[in-house]
Amino acid sequence: MMQEEVNEATSVLSVYGHTIKVTEALQDGDTLTFIIVSQKLSGTGEYHVDRTYDDFEWLQQHLYAQEDVPGIQGVIFPPLPMRPQANASAKVMKQLGFLGLGEWQPYCKALETFLRQVAAHCILSKNKAMEVFLTSIDPPGRQKVKRNIFNRLSQAVGELRKEGHKDVDEFFQTERDHNLVLTGHARTAAEKFLDVALTEQKIAVACGHFAAALQICVENGDDPEKRAFSRVCAKLSEVFDSIKKNMMSVAVNDMNTLGLGLDLDWRYQEAEREMLFRRTCKLVELENARKNAERAKPVKKSAMEEVKKAAEGEFEQICKVAKQEIVKLNQERVGTVQKSLTQWCEQQLQTAKEGADIFNQHLQAFKAMA
Amino acid sequence: MASSSERNPPPFPASEKPEPGLSDMADGDSDSDEGADIFVSNSLPTSVSRGVSQPEEPADLFGQETPTAKPNGVYSDDDDLFAEAQADLSSDTPGNSARKDLSTSSGLPSARSPAALQPTSLEQLEEEEAKDCFDVDVAVTNPEKVGDGMNAYVAYKVSTRTSLPIFKSKVFSARRRFSDFLGLYEKLSAKQSLHGCIIPPPPEKSVVGMTKVKVGMDDPSSVEFVEKRRAALERYLQRIVAHPLLLQDPDVRDFLEREDLPRAVNTQAFSGAGFLKMINRASDAVSKMTIKMNESDTWFEDKFQEVDTEEQQLRKLLAVVDSLVSHRKELCVNTAVFAKSMAMLGNSEDNTALSRALSQLAEVEDKMEQLHQEQAGTDFFIFAELLADYIRLLGAVRGCFDQRVRAWQRWQEAQSTLQKKREAEAKLLWANKPDKLQQAKEEINEWEAKVTQYERDFDRIGMTVRREVLRFEKEKAKDFKSQIIKYLEAMLQSQQRLVKFWEAFLPEAKAIA
Repeated sequence: MMQEEVNEATSVLSVYGHTIKVTEALQDGDTLTFIIVSQKLSGTGEYHVDRTYDDFEWLQQHLYAQEDVPGIQGVIFPPLPMRPQANASAKVMKQLGFLGLGEWQPYCKALETFLRQVAAHCILSKNKAMEVFLTSIDPPGRQKVKRNIFNRLSQAVGELRKEGHKDVDEFFQTERDHNLVLTGHARTAAEKFLDVALTEQKIAVACGHFAAALQICVENGDDPEKRAFSRVCAKLSEVFDSIKKNMMSVAVNDMNTLGLGLDLDWRYQEAEREMLFRRTCKLVELENARKNAERAKPVKKSAMEEVKKAAEGEFEQICKVAKQEIVKLNQERVGTVQKSLTQWCEQQLQTAKEGADIFNQHLQAFKAMA
Repeated sequence: MASSSERNPPPFPASEKPEPGLSDMADGDSDSDEGADIFVSNSLPTSVSRGVSQPEEPADLFGQETPTAKPNGVYSDDDDLFAEAQADLSSDTPGNSARKDLSTSSGLPSARSPAALQPTSLEQLEEEEAKDCFDVDVAVTNPEKVGDGMNAYVAYKVSTRTSLPIFKSKVFSARRRFSDFLGLYEKLSAKQSLHGCIIPPPPEKSVVGMTKVKVGMDDPSSVEFVEKRRAALERYLQRIVAHPLLLQDPDVRDFLEREDLPRAVNTQAFSGAGFLKMINRASDAVSKMTIKMNESDTWFEDKFQEVDTEEQQLRKLLAVVDSLVSHRKELCVNTAVFAKSMAMLGNSEDNTALSRALSQLAEVEDKMEQLHQEQAGTDFFIFAELLADYIRLLGAVRGCFDQRVRAWQRWQEAQSTLQKKREAEAKLLWANKPDKLQQAKEEINEWEAKVTQYERDFDRIGMTVRREVLRFEKEKAKDFKSQIIKYLEAMLQSQQRLVKFWEAFLPEAKAIA
């Protein structure tokens, strides 16, 4: 039943895009379900729906499948986080980065960002699939949509050769070069920051062990000297418990703000790279079409000319959309990075101040000890 | 080759900058041999604050500019820390004359001659402990490589400041090498008069560590090793001079005062885990003995068990601290790598505001790396070394319990020998051999005297052990507490610096868009 509705090309989203929230992740055996809430445009309340990762993929496929939308290949598609996996291999863990840490909060945030970006996109938000995804009580059709191989970079090795194909337009050549560099750096930055956050977690755990081991040294006895030492151990255990909590906060702050921000930045650079590649492939196709049209025998000539004209039209559309998308991305990116840096700084500042307070309290308590 | 002379001990590990906060007091240069500057410590908190000396700030030990630092209760708050002390102490010629006066003027416990010993109650022992104030401070500084190649060694400057008349001067120093410290321990352990005392063990030998240093003293791990050793040697000496009996010992005085010491040999026993091995072997020997000791007082058995348990607990704690230290070092490395990656990202950004902010971030992360470095150092020098010291000290405690048991053995053996001599005498009487009888009687007298002597020794040792253990436990609680306070002060400082970093960065982050 759902399939027919989705075939309509455009619709208007009936919710406020910026109010979309992925509030929870519920685990039931092997199934992981996400709760999505959004505010109705009409002001009459909220939509609550539950979706699995498969549903997200369904949505993404529908967005890719909009072949009749002019220049669709020039769109930089908001990146969908990788499928979450229990007992993921090391390679997958590395791919997942911050989103694989086992904490659901960052992952939900990433899904939320994905949905908000789609809702905010002038072309993508019009896709009926989005409306269905956000508002329909029943889950969208779970049958596999014909997988549109939209991300061509993951295709056969032969295709990759085209990535280096020289461009005809200076703007795009510059953007391609720049994007390549940025993608590499952004990915490295995200990976290295993950290492930092993981080590902070390790330190927190070690502090917890120390606090626990100290508790074992606490004895109740009559001997006054033994009691003095026990008191010291007990108090020190409290200190390390505080240090542990502080360190955990630091790690969580890292993950939820800058970690997510760097992760998103990197994946957006990848998405741009995909788009630029699609365009380059189209360029190659166009250049081939021109050659064919030129060399065609009179019998085939008009057919080839048709092909060439179509290719030219498509390419032009793609370039138009692509340029808009690039400009938009570069603008938005600055704001996004600023936001995540500011949030990160504010949260860490807060945590550091709290830490200072607590350590001071402990210090005074120790000094006051007989 | 020879590292720069007269330089301050490098902070852990290789940063050139002195620790802020610690050296906010007089940053003396160490070029002057005497004067207040000797004891300025520019490295991380390393000096164990001994029982009586509890400076309010982690400042130099004797800054005359900071009269609030009271090394001991004798001093008053005026410029010349030693003025009042000099008035109190007898001002006769330096050297041996003041020995007897010493006990009264500085209130040291007087248990010294076994013949005059009366069994004192536990309360009396505790009282004597309370009067245990001493008046000497030592520091170990300026490690310098001497010589070349595999014969090279490191010489340390051992500086002493005191007002005790048993010393020839008030402020003096000497250069000592590691084997000298080991030699001192060996001498003290062997002394009968010190049996039952908890003699602080020296730091362990390390062939690997020293080989690296012989090759070159400049790489970070060598610097770390030398600093670790310097700090450990300092704590070792501080514990020795904090002990009222050991301070009296002429070997200790020689160690501190003499220009040249005869080269200590036979220090092989103390390599690596050698020290603990030695103690364990002795314990095994004791437990294997045939005559089982009949304890009239369960105190000794109970305490011995406690010491054992505690040693296990401390080992566990040390293992956790070691892992904490290694994680902190890992965080340093990761932070540095991340900082670099941010710098590269910042450089490739077109948007100038963004580029600037990312570069700032890279700088902040660099500062954090420094912070993590110091934090790892603090964790290490305060906790890991403290725990390691006490594990070794507990070994020494076990050692003195063993000495008591051996004293008991000796007494028992003397008694059984005496018994045999008496039986021999009886046989001789029966067999009527008057010429041998005289010798037998002499031997009996000899052994009677020995039995009496050994019994007294055993009692004395028992009392010494009790007193020592009491003192040890008191010192331990104080030591831990003061180290923890140092730790918390350092942590607090770190946090405050962290707050400043973030406060400085926030406007930069906001200014991007």
